[in-house]
Amino acid sequence: MNKVIDLFVTFLKIGAFTFGGGYAMIPLIQREVCENKKWLNDDDILEIVAIAESTPGPVAINAATFVGSRTAGTVGAVCATLGVVLPSFLIISVISYVLRAFQESRAVQYAFMGIRAGVLALILKAVYTMFRSAKKHGVSYFIMAAALVLTALLKTDAVFVIIGCGTFGLVWSLIFGKKGEG
Amino acid sequence: MIWLELFLTFLKIGAFTFGGGYAMLPLIQSEVERHGWLTQAEVVDFIAVSESTPGPLAINMATFIGIRTGGIFGAVCATFGVVLPSFVVILIVAKFYEKFRKSRVVDGVMFGLRPAVIGLIGAAFLSVGMTVFFPNGLKSAVFSNAGLWTSLGIFTAGAVLAFRKVHPIVIIAVSAVMGIAAGYAMEL
Repeated sequence: MNKVIDLFVTFLKIGAFTFGGGYAMIPLIQREVCENKKWLNDDDILEIVAIAESTPGPVAINAATFVGSRTAGTVGAVCATLGVVLPSFLIISVISYVLRAFQESRAVQYAFMGIRAGVLALILKAVYTMFRSAKKHGVSYFIMAAALVLTALLKTDAVFVIIGCGTFGLVWSLIFGKKGEG
Repeated sequence: MIWLELFLTFLKIGAFTFGGGYAMLPLIQSEVERHGWLTQAEVVDFIAVSESTPGPLAINMATFIGIRTGGIFGAVCATFGVVLPSFVVILIVAKFYEKFRKSRVVDGVMFGLRPAVIGLIGAAFLSVGMTVFFPNGLKSAVFSNAGLWTSLGIFTAGAVLAFRKVHPIVIIAVSAVMGIAAGYAMEL
């Protein structure tokens, strides 16, 4: 029982102190879960990253559910997930009211005009980083280009793009095997 | 009814986002537009809010859109929806872990999905770019260039900072200050 509460509190802390979410959370999880609580070891953390990448949903939720389930079963998974979600949920609830109160202000509108351009720069950096770490392989470039063109120019629903590219990858690697993955 | 709609929409977003974060942008953009919940500019504004507050982008987005459209219970429904697919899938994977790691099917699907996600974020970059540089459509932009040049300037400054690994919160703060300065300067 104590372990379950401990999981909740630990992930509450992780949720409250990670900015940007996802991968930014992994070092924090490692420190809390491996070094402080000794629930899992460093290899488990690497596994969590690999699993979070290949399962749907936000990395933070995947990681919390996985650690909770490994440490204290399904109840543990519920508590860890609830813990990691709660700070975001509360903070955003408050902020959405604050934003509404200030959104008519001219200074706030100008600030957001600037911020939008700044966010665009952040997205560019994210694409660039992912592109650099992607497999340098013809098929991989082809899928990237296809997903980009389908979504940006042909306005295909992202759900179909995901399903299509996943199916294509599966069929390709079943036919050509590891060779195809270069 | 809005509550069920929020839950189902975010369930879909949660089930089809791989890698989290910006990878979910194209899905959020198209769903939000289809339902008329937020404008594209509001989505971009909220990415900034989300980057400057703790917690994952997906949860922040779900909570924000939920509260805007269906109040606090709407926020609960949207957040629950976005979390549920991840939660269920991970519970199952945690039980059959070895099989999952060695599965050729998972390997193959990911072989297709990893580059697809990069393409999707690239598409998000283009559509956010349109919102930032041409908020009133392409035609009007050609002549209303004070705003366009301001945005280009701030974007360039932001990109330089981002590629020097400056923290996103700092970049957002700098862009906000530049936006305020440019806005009031344009009034003069």
